[in-house]
Amino acid sequence: MDSNAKIITKNLNLTVGKLHILKDVNIAVPRNKVTVILGPSGCGKTTLLKSMNRLTDLYPEMEISGEILIDGKDILQAGTEITEIRRKMGLLSQRPYPLPMSIYKNIAYGLKINGGSRGKELGIRVEHYLRLANLWDEVKDRLREPANTLSIGQQQRLCLARGLAVDPEIILADEPTSALDPISSNAIEAQFSQLKENYTIVMVTHILRQARRIADHIIFMYLGEVIEQGPASEFFNNPKMDKTKEYLKGAFN
Amino acid sequence: MRKFKFIEEKIFRVLMFFSTVFIATALAMIIFSILHKGLPMLSWEIISQTPKGGFYFGREGGILNAIVGSFYLSVSATLLALFVSLPLALFMNIYLKRHKTLINGIRFFLDLLWGVPSIVYGAFGFTIMIYFGLRASLLAGIITVTLFIIPIMVRAMDEVFKTVPTGLYEASLSLGATRSETAYRVFLKQCYPGVITAILLAFGRGIGDAASVLFTTGFTDHIPTSLSQPTATLPLAIFFQLGAPIPEVQDRAYAAAAVLTFFILAISILARITSRKFQKHKINF
Repeated sequence: MDSNAKIITKNLNLTVGKLHILKDVNIAVPRNKVTVILGPSGCGKTTLLKSMNRLTDLYPEMEISGEILIDGKDILQAGTEITEIRRKMGLLSQRPYPLPMSIYKNIAYGLKINGGSRGKELGIRVEHYLRLANLWDEVKDRLREPANTLSIGQQQRLCLARGLAVDPEIILADEPTSALDPISSNAIEAQFSQLKENYTIVMVTHILRQARRIADHIIFMYLGEVIEQGPASEFFNNPKMDKTKEYLKGAFN
Repeated sequence: MRKFKFIEEKIFRVLMFFSTVFIATALAMIIFSILHKGLPMLSWEIISQTPKGGFYFGREGGILNAIVGSFYLSVSATLLALFVSLPLALFMNIYLKRHKTLINGIRFFLDLLWGVPSIVYGAFGFTIMIYFGLRASLLAGIITVTLFIIPIMVRAMDEVFKTVPTGLYEASLSLGATRSETAYRVFLKQCYPGVITAILLAFGRGIGDAASVLFTTGFTDHIPTSLSQPTATLPLAIFFQLGAPIPEVQDRAYAAAAVLTFFILAISILARITSRKFQKHKINF
């Protein structure tokens, strides 16, 4: 098994009633790279992403089987410390969900519940993560204002900073730019390219151009199955499967 | 065909206009009759003195016993109900979120309890009272009113917590928060205005209800000094005094009605102001 893989799934199957959403998914996500899960809408990309930090638990109708190994440990096993697993993975969703509190407290929330900084140290860390998400200069004079006063693009970067603040190893991003304007989208993409030095990034998208821009590694899915996976250059320049070739030509979307 | 559309529109507009006028008129007439008969009766004497000059139907004095009694009763009952309702409503929307059948069962059950007439709660409270050998007292009234307003408070809070989007819940969990941290730090904050409205709604129902306290609190001319003493309440003061054959006593009933109306008006205004104030951090989706 590839020792450089951060996340590995083995025969992962997920069903909702009679619907088979994920079919025998076997993937390996390389460490410290941007891995893009690519595919047309409704192919199970988001479900695969959410199963990685077991947010699928929230949906009782989803039945899941197989293995998801994170650093070699199967997180689907009973008795897994689920809060700890989730802390290890920051989540960016399709639209930003800032917490109903001030900008400052949005970042401090994760730091506080994971036991840790107080007082002055907390302030320093909040600033650090806001800078990391490239938001500090825009919000430094309004830290006490409610997070809902930020623009959508700023809110998404706030969510990124908030996710980074709990010191994760993995960032899961579910079409993080779909609600954003082009400038904010670029800002997020640029962030990812920098952050991959220290984090493993998994991003879901159905935008081919975006995948070309930032992906190091591609997992291409179609109707719940993984069709092809591998390094991005190989995937785009030398696709092996017919479905991939069709998709890259824009035969379906 | 096109013409029909406009006729339809017109009919419904007229219909809506008249139903609005109908409701507004009814409300205005109720308030007018309360104020017309109650306001002239209101004076410092009447709200600062207990009834005097004879047992129950004395001609002198005021309704202080009922004002204080109602206040004791509904504030205590609302606080007690809050300690049960808030955790229950949060539990339903966080821990039981997955169990759709169970949660729908609970909602159905609470809706049934909401619909049960308050006199039935009164009778139930009376049975409990006898079982424990309690006399008609402030304590028995508080317990009965608490039971009576819990379903109202839980369901009102539940409806608010239901609106919290799954994405916000997921966001908090993804940061490593437990479910109870998410409940008290995220759900409560997002729903602050709605929770306050729910509390005040339940308080309003509690203070205005006569039937649930009819058997359980008794009635007295005095202000209770302990939980085991009977107490008067404003709704019961209206009920008993309006039925009295003595005009002075009847006038006191109208004064009590005016005071009760002011109370409820004040609560509604307070609810509006506080919910606007706590709206600040709410995320609009």
